[in-house]
Amino acid sequence: MTAARLLVRALRDPASIGSCDWAGLVSAARAEQLLASLAFRMEGMAVPPRIAALFEDARRDAAQVRTQALWEAEMARRALAPLGVPMILMKGTAFHAAGLDAAIGRSVGDLDIMVPRASLPAVEQALLEAGWEHVKDSEGYDDSYYRRWMHELPPLIHRTRDRMIDVHHTILPLTARPRPDAEALIADSMTLDNGLSILSPADMIVHAAAHLFADGDLAGGLRNLWDIDRLLREFASDAFWPLLAERARLHQLHGPVSRALRLANRLYFTPVDRAVAGRARLADRLFEARLLARNGWGQERRKALRFTFYVRSHWLRMPPLMLARHLWVKATR
Amino acid sequence: MAGPAYIADPESAVRAVAVDGLTLLFHAPSGMTHIVAAPAPEILGALREGAADAAELIRRLRARFDLDDSDPGSASGAGAEAAILARLDELEAAGLVRRA
Amino acid sequence: MRHRLALQIGPVAFRIGSAWRAPLDALAKLYAGYPAPADGLCDFTVRLEPERPWRLFLRPSVAIRGDYVLPDAAPLALAHGLLAAEMGMNLQMALGQKRHLLLHAATVEKDGRALIMTGESGAGKSTLAALLGERGWRLMGDEFALLDMASGDLLPFPRAISLKNGAIGVMEAEVGGDRFGPRLDGTPKGAIRHMRPNQEALARMSEAAKPALILFPRFGAAAAVRGVGQAEVFIRLTQASTNYVALGRRGFDALTGLVRGTPALAIDYPDAETAIGLVEDFRRELAA
Repeated sequence: MTAARLLVRALRDPASIGSCDWAGLVSAARAEQLLASLAFRMEGMAVPPRIAALFEDARRDAAQVRTQALWEAEMARRALAPLGVPMILMKGTAFHAAGLDAAIGRSVGDLDIMVPRASLPAVEQALLEAGWEHVKDSEGYDDSYYRRWMHELPPLIHRTRDRMIDVHHTILPLTARPRPDAEALIADSMTLDNGLSILSPADMIVHAAAHLFADGDLAGGLRNLWDIDRLLREFASDAFWPLLAERARLHQLHGPVSRALRLANRLYFTPVDRAVAGRARLADRLFEARLLARNGWGQERRKALRFTFYVRSHWLRMPPLMLARHLWVKATR
Repeated sequence: MAGPAYIADPESAVRAVAVDGLTLLFHAPSGMTHIVAAPAPEILGALREGAADAAELIRRLRARFDLDDSDPGSASGAGAEAAILARLDELEAAGLVRRA
Repeated sequence: MRHRLALQIGPVAFRIGSAWRAPLDALAKLYAGYPAPADGLCDFTVRLEPERPWRLFLRPSVAIRGDYVLPDAAPLALAHGLLAAEMGMNLQMALGQKRHLLLHAATVEKDGRALIMTGESGAGKSTLAALLGERGWRLMGDEFALLDMASGDLLPFPRAISLKNGAIGVMEAEVGGDRFGPRLDGTPKGAIRHMRPNQEALARMSEAAKPALILFPRFGAAAAVRGVGQAEVFIRLTQASTNYVALGRRGFDALTGLVRGTPALAIDYPDAETAIGLVEDFRRELAA
């Protein structure tokens, strides 16, 4: 069994792991940003002492990751409060803010927030005043690309805390073909007791699926899919599935959401509604192979397959002429 | 109240260790460590009595401590007050103090 | 990975995989006498890989990868493969070690008392530690000091000592040739030669020690000693730690405990023998 398959099995059924390639499991988990999630899933199971100690380290570290992620959210909230605009947390920070199952062991890099598009200039100004600065980047090319075509301000980094914030106004680049309804995302957002806001559960899953397929080359896909598994298990109910389907259609993301459900079911055995998941497609197998292209040394394998997905991800984000120009500029840098 | 009101986190949220004239602070909500000098710890202590604007804060500090108003560089002699306001801004930027 | 090697160094086990044989041959020779991990497992994985597939043979270029990576790290030439392996292990510790507080410092121990030497690069810590290691002190480590946050003890992490430029000749005069790796010229830091710690350091690599003195050595001036205030020590040690920020309250408590419980001195020294003399003076005072 390859390390990636071992990782997937350990996450979905930790009790089934007896003796195995522990070094491979740990390296694959680290490479996929899933070590802490795995450590929580395997808490209390019989594992070799060295591995048990590594898992303990990972669980401890996860608490500090959570503290730091929520602190970034709080400092952003303080900076933007005077503007009175919605500030919606996304991805891992949102899971931590709401104490969801998907937060358990969830690593967090940058803080991702969504604000109304019209408020972007004021938001940027408020963040700059509160100590964030533009990341010193190379030529102006990427900066204008970010502003005009991507779905966020250029990344900002806090000058003393050294943490990044990505400010979005929608969940996909403007150049991508699906056009999510940003206003609907904000309208359906929820405010938590701590004053922070997150997307509705259905929208969180739609966003995770969008992030998994339409905004990436599937790097880090096993973790995104694990998020989707955790979210679906927590929120699934008879009433939820039609709501999820309705939101997916609203945001023109029904295809990615269905595929996400099928892949979560294939890999993590997530219970899914057959009608929303749709029929299995031939391409599902390619996606699965791409997600599992990680070996026990933590290396990504299957280069041709990965390259296909890399080009595809840019294709989805940019019209062909722009793509050619973008790749040419990057290659000649 | 004149200006904005400020609040500090409760004592339980902060672990303070004094070492030769400075205070090492571990701030649990952020997981961050700060190294602060007087009057920062005194400001935090005074704000724990309850929200206060800058003027009220200075009143509380005067009640607790002798403030040295002499400042060779300042014509008005309001050296201590200026220092307190500057430290308050820094504490807010560091996240140890926030607007009420 | 085509070639592989596993090493236990103090409490940490590494597995190092390589696309080329030469770096691991050199590594195995340098680390002769180190145990392999008893359980056949590891804490961290290092990989030496071609930067691009065609760089395996064509102007071989060694990218340093593993469980934890620096995205923009420059690859090294194959001739410096041993250095790449060492840097790879450093990187795993710097980015992945969360169990113990890491300080960028050299540590030596005598009579159960550990001396931590820390400061800027080029201050001569590695050389002093290497020399003390041959003069009756046990070398615990030259690059990383590991502080056990529960007990406050220092844990040994005796990697091969990284000697640079002038220090190479100093140690070649003290120690037999079989303990050295190859001399590597033209690295970003000049000439480097690695030296294996002595038998005692290896034999006692599981033995912790209580911190007794923190030293900030500075090379190049007439001998001088001054005390260092605890706040300054604390600040300098957080700057010397790659994982302090990630450790939260435990790290704060451990570091404040270390700083409040351990005297600290800054010394200027014109040459190694003077520094060693000062260190022996301090040791006698502490023992009294």
